[in-house]
Amino acid sequence: MTKPKTLLDKIWERHEITINPAGQSLLFIDRHFCHELSFHAFNMLEKRKIRVRHPSRTIAVADHYTPTTGEKASDFKSSDRFELYNTLKKNALNHDLDFLGLGDQRRGIIHVIGPEQGFSLPGTIIVCGDSHTATHGALGALAFGIGASDVSHVLATQTLWQPKPKKMRVILKGSRPPYVSAKDIILSIICHIGAAGGTGHVIEYAGPIISSLSIEERLTVCNMSIEAGARAGMIAPDETTYNWIQGRPHAPKNDTWREALIAWTQLGTDEGAVFDKEHEIDGQLITPMVTWGTSPEDALPITGHVPDPLKETNIDKRANLERKLDYMGLKPGTSLEDITVDNVFIGSCTNSRIEDLREAAAVAKGRAACVRAIVVPGSGLIKKQAENEGLDRIFIEAGFDWRPAAGCSMCVGVNGDLVSPRQRCVSTSNRNFRGRQGPDARTHLTGPAMAAAAAVTGKLTDVRSLRRN
Amino acid sequence: MIPFKILKALAAPINQDNIDTDQILPARFLMMPRDQRYGTYLFRDLRQDNNGLKIPDFFLNQKKFAEAQIIVAGRNFGCGSSREGAVFTLVDSGFRSVIAPSFGDIFYNNSFNNGLLPVVLPETLVKKLQQFLINEATPEITIDLETQQVFCEATSLAKFDIDPHRRERLLKGLDMIDYTQQFREAINRYENDYLADKKWL
Repeated sequence: MTKPKTLLDKIWERHEITINPAGQSLLFIDRHFCHELSFHAFNMLEKRKIRVRHPSRTIAVADHYTPTTGEKASDFKSSDRFELYNTLKKNALNHDLDFLGLGDQRRGIIHVIGPEQGFSLPGTIIVCGDSHTATHGALGALAFGIGASDVSHVLATQTLWQPKPKKMRVILKGSRPPYVSAKDIILSIICHIGAAGGTGHVIEYAGPIISSLSIEERLTVCNMSIEAGARAGMIAPDETTYNWIQGRPHAPKNDTWREALIAWTQLGTDEGAVFDKEHEIDGQLITPMVTWGTSPEDALPITGHVPDPLKETNIDKRANLERKLDYMGLKPGTSLEDITVDNVFIGSCTNSRIEDLREAAAVAKGRAACVRAIVVPGSGLIKKQAENEGLDRIFIEAGFDWRPAAGCSMCVGVNGDLVSPRQRCVSTSNRNFRGRQGPDARTHLTGPAMAAAAAVTGKLTDVRSLRRN
Repeated sequence: MIPFKILKALAAPINQDNIDTDQILPARFLMMPRDQRYGTYLFRDLRQDNNGLKIPDFFLNQKKFAEAQIIVAGRNFGCGSSREGAVFTLVDSGFRSVIAPSFGDIFYNNSFNNGLLPVVLPETLVKKLQQFLINEATPEITIDLETQQVFCEATSLAKFDIDPHRRERLLKGLDMIDYTQQFREAINRYENDYLADKKWL
C-alpha cells in the first residue's frame, strides 16, 4: 500500500524535475503572470541576452499602476506610471507573451483574471512576482509569490529551486453562521494562528465550511494565506471547482476536459495523510470581523473593543501595542462600532469579484453613503457583469464612486488612488500595514458587506444590525 | 553577487515584530530602476516624519548604529509583499545580514538572490543580542556562515541552521540561472514526459 499523500505532496512530486545534493527540488512551473513591476526581471534577461523559454506559459497583465477612472492613456495619474505600463507592453511584445492591456475587457487584477480566464487550473504550480498569488490555490493549485530574481529565473528556465515546505491543515468545523463572509473566516484564521503562524508552511484549508464555499469565497480565503505567514494556501478541487472552471477560455475542452477531470479527482488529500501542524477551528464561533491595528492578526469581532496596553504585562508587547494605537489614532477600550471613518474602499484581489460586489450592493441598496466610498471591480468582465445586473446603478444611486476600470487601486495605492494622511479607511483589501494605503493612512480591513455598511453609517458597523432591519 | 563567508560588523536592534516590506521600502518607491540608489529610501517612513524630519528614536538615526551592516529584528521580519526592492534597499544601504526569530518566506528567499544572509535564531537569544547591542558602546558582532555561528565579542552565542543549498549559494556567490542551465537535459526530458501526460497544459 502506498503512503497516504496530501494535495501538496501530489502536486509537488509531479512537478519535481530533479533534486540536488543539498535536497532542494527543481520544480516545473506551469503558469506565470507578469505585471508592471516585472521590469526588473525583464532587465535581468536583457542583460544576459536570454529569451523567455515558454512564452505561452506567461501572461502579462497591467494591474498595479493602471488608472481606475478610465482605460485611456490620459487617465493615468502621472506620466511615469504610463511609462511603466508601456514598458510591460514592450517587454510582453518583445518576448511574444499574451498581453492584457488597457481597453481589453479581460484585463483586471492578476489574481482575479487568472482563475476567470481558466489559466489557473487544479494540480498546477502557479507563480507571480506578487505575494497574493496564493489566491489561485483556491482551485487546487500550488500558487505562491516570488521576487524579481526568481521571476527572471522562471522566464528563463520555466523552473524554480525550492525546499519542500512544511504542511499545515486548517479545518473549519461546523456550519457557517449567517452574515459571516469568507473575509471573516480568513481574518479569524489569521487571528487564531497569528501573522507568522504559517511561516515555512503551505496551508490546506479543509472541513465542511470550506467545502460549502463558492469559488469566489475560496479565492478570498486563500488570498490572505500570506497574511498568516504562509507562502501558499490551497483547497482540494471538487465539483464546485470543476463546474466553475468548465467553459472558461483557457480551460481544457472535449476529450482533454475529460482527461483533466480524471487527473483532478485524484488530487485531494488521502485519508490518513500526515500534516506537520493541524488547527481545528469551530466555525460556529466566527462572527463579522474587523482589524484595529497594523497587522492583519490585529483582528477582532466587530462587537469588540480596542485593546488596552495597560492590560499587557509583557513590556515589549505593551510598547508595540502603544505604537499601533498611536499610529491608528485609537483610544484603548473604545467600542469598535464607535470608530468613525473617512473612506471606504471596496475592491482588491481579496474582494472585488462579482459575489463581493453583490454583497456590498445588497447593503448599499436604498441607503446613502456619508463618506467617500469607491468601488473598483476586479476585472473588465466583472465590471460588465455588475453593470448587466444593475449593481453599478445601486452603488451610484447610493452615492458610491463606481470606477469604470479594474485594477489594484487603493489596496496598495501605487496608481495614485490613495488615502490621505491620518484619514481612516475601511477597506476590503488584505493589508492594514502602516502606510500601505498612503503615508500615515489608517486601514481597517473588513469584508465587502461590512465596508458598505461603514460607508452608509460613517462608522465601523456590525452588518448584522443593518441586514436585519 | 558578492560571496558571503564571514562578517564582523556593527549591528543594530529593531525591537519590533512584523516589520513588513512596506516599512522596509514603501510602495511609492517601487518603480525605480535597479541602477538608482535604493538605499536612500530604506525604512523611509519609520526614519522620517511627514515633513521629512528625522525621527530621533529610530535606530538608523542614532550615531552609534549609523554604520551598521547587520540588523537584529523581531519576529516575522520582511513579511508581506514579495517586492525584492526591500532586499535591494537593505543591500544598497550596506546591510549584509538580518538576524530574527522568523522571516517572511518570500523576503527570506529573495535575500539569497542578493547576497544578504538572513539568520534565524530563537527569540530569547535575539532579545539577549538586542540588549547587548543597546548596552555596548561599539555594538559589534560576527557572523560566520562557514561554521554557521554568531559570535558576540569572542564567544560563540549560537549556531544557526540554514538550508545547505542556500548556504552554498552565498558562500560561492552562485548565479542561479547559470546553475540551473546545468540541468538543461533533465528539464527537457521532464517537459516531454509531463506535457505528453497533461495535454491540457
